[in-house]
Amino acid sequence: MPIHEKSLIRQENLIEHEKLEIDGIDVSGHWSTFIQTRVVTDYNEDMETEVAALPGGEHIHRCWQCGSCTNACTVNAINPDFNPRYWIYLTRIGMEAELLRDKDIIWQCISCNKCTYACPRDVNPEGVMKALSHWLELKGHTEKSPSMHFDEVFSEQVFQTGKIEEGRTIRRFFARTGQELNQDWLVEMIIRMVRHLPVKLLFAMGLQSVLKPRTRGWGKARDAIHEYVAEKDAEHRKALKLDPPHGPA
Amino acid sequence: MNETPKKYGRVAYYPGCALEGSGHAYNCSTQEVGKVLGLELVEVDNWNCCGAMEVKNVDPKLQTYLSSRVMSIAANEMGFDTVMAPCNGCYHNLKKAEYDLEHDPETVAVVERISSKAGHETYKSGQVETIHALDWIKEGIGEEGLKARVKNSLKGIRVANYYGCMYTRPRHIFPEKDQGPGSESTLQPHFMDDLLAAAGAENVDFPLKTACCGGAHTLSDSDMSTKLVMNILRAAEASGADVVATECPTCHSGLEMHQVRGEKRFGFKSKVKILYFTQLLGLALGVKPKPLGVHENISDSMDFLKSKGLA
Ligand code: SF4
Ligand code: SF4
Repeated sequence: MPIHEKSLIRQENLIEHEKLEIDGIDVSGHWSTFIQTRVVTDYNEDMETEVAALPGGEHIHRCWQCGSCTNACTVNAINPDFNPRYWIYLTRIGMEAELLRDKDIIWQCISCNKCTYACPRDVNPEGVMKALSHWLELKGHTEKSPSMHFDEVFSEQVFQTGKIEEGRTIRRFFARTGQELNQDWLVEMIIRMVRHLPVKLLFAMGLQSVLKPRTRGWGKARDAIHEYVAEKDAEHRKALKLDPPHGPA
Repeated sequence: MNETPKKYGRVAYYPGCALEGSGHAYNCSTQEVGKVLGLELVEVDNWNCCGAMEVKNVDPKLQTYLSSRVMSIAANEMGFDTVMAPCNGCYHNLKKAEYDLEHDPETVAVVERISSKAGHETYKSGQVETIHALDWIKEGIGEEGLKARVKNSLKGIRVANYYGCMYTRPRHIFPEKDQGPGSESTLQPHFMDDLLAAAGAENVDFPLKTACCGGAHTLSDSDMSTKLVMNILRAAEASGADVVATECPTCHSGLEMHQVRGEKRFGFKSKVKILYFTQLLGLALGVKPKPLGVHENISDSMDFLKSKGLA
């Protein structure tokens, strides 16, 4: 019978001996499994403050580790390694190396807000997931995630014109992330979409992508938004002790 | 006719970007239903994007600014006290902006600063009430009013009502919900159920009303979205539904897209049709499928609707 907690302990930290004698006594079999001692010395004591300085992370200090967020989480139901409660814990005590083991899935938070709904401490775990993703990226631990690419392509268009034209956003997103536009399912979807559409509407849709919807007189709003974004960017980099951004934002 | 003025009889209408693109059918069907019910919609002049699900990930306060500009125009330039947004994303963002502007002075400062630089009046919390298309019909007409106007009952159509995430979560931005009898519930929403039942449909007991379809990552993490959508469609079919009724363009196109993607990539089979609740209501009120944009849906429901005598 393996030790009960084995599932909670990583394989690489377990030492199993085929045959083991201690002080002349044969302890093979049931007593042959050992857990490697672990001494953590690489705490990053600034981690919580840094994450709290990014949008969404402000209330991370309130967390009392009840686990309601993870229990309610949509992505956790599909991937048990996706664990907001645990990541909040690691961030608060500064176990950076441990958090980095999950760095490539944190961005997958889908913003369903089930966690925020369930949280009894108003932590806004959804926001913390976004702050963590930003933190990982700003610190250079991860590449920009596909969803961050999408957010940026989308936001840029809104900041520039005030509105979104979906076709353009999608094309730019696929281009930036190096994906093909003729994926089987996309093609199939478009076939089904146009099957019943009158030519007039198709024409109007095509025209919309050429004419690019925009909000009239948006220029001043655009400049004010860009100025704010640059200011925030500098603030965040400073909070994370990074070099100031180079060139215009 | 000498009718007393209805609640929500004339409101500012904020269709949002999706309803000018992929959600075009939702836009047509909402306007058609409004016409039949005598509820007037006046489009917000020169509106902008509310920030959708993306801008908040760049900066939540910018999302609040974008949403506040829409409310500012409705209130300060057009004199409305109610804005109706049929898209869950827009509805959610306007509600969230309202909440933040009431409770967070820092957000107020950012919105004031950008609004004055942009050269329009700053929106002040409390100037408008934002409602969803569901509130608009439920409270503007009500079930009894709707029943009286039904021409083709939806009898025999079994519907799973799908509300998604943004209509109910997080609870604190919807202070009018969960207020006892008559109010909408954030855990078990029922406004769409109520309206479709009034139109004669049979609502099935659907456990995933407020599950997430993965809309925010529909293109950036497609496998995740496909899995979530397959769950939702499977549950709908297991509950005996012929149709999943939607009330959000992002949910709607997510369900349609990933129904196809699930089929292509995972061999997923499903028969359930996906229709906007406004398309179903429109059919019940005697509007033809064309003006409701039924032919624009990827999920092809024409044969099904014909078999039920609705098309
Ligand atoms: S918002 Fe993100 S972390 Fe929260 S429940 Fe949804 S997927 Fe999980
Ligand atoms: S639900 Fe809130 S308090 Fe509980 S563990 Fe999650 S973030 Fe912490």
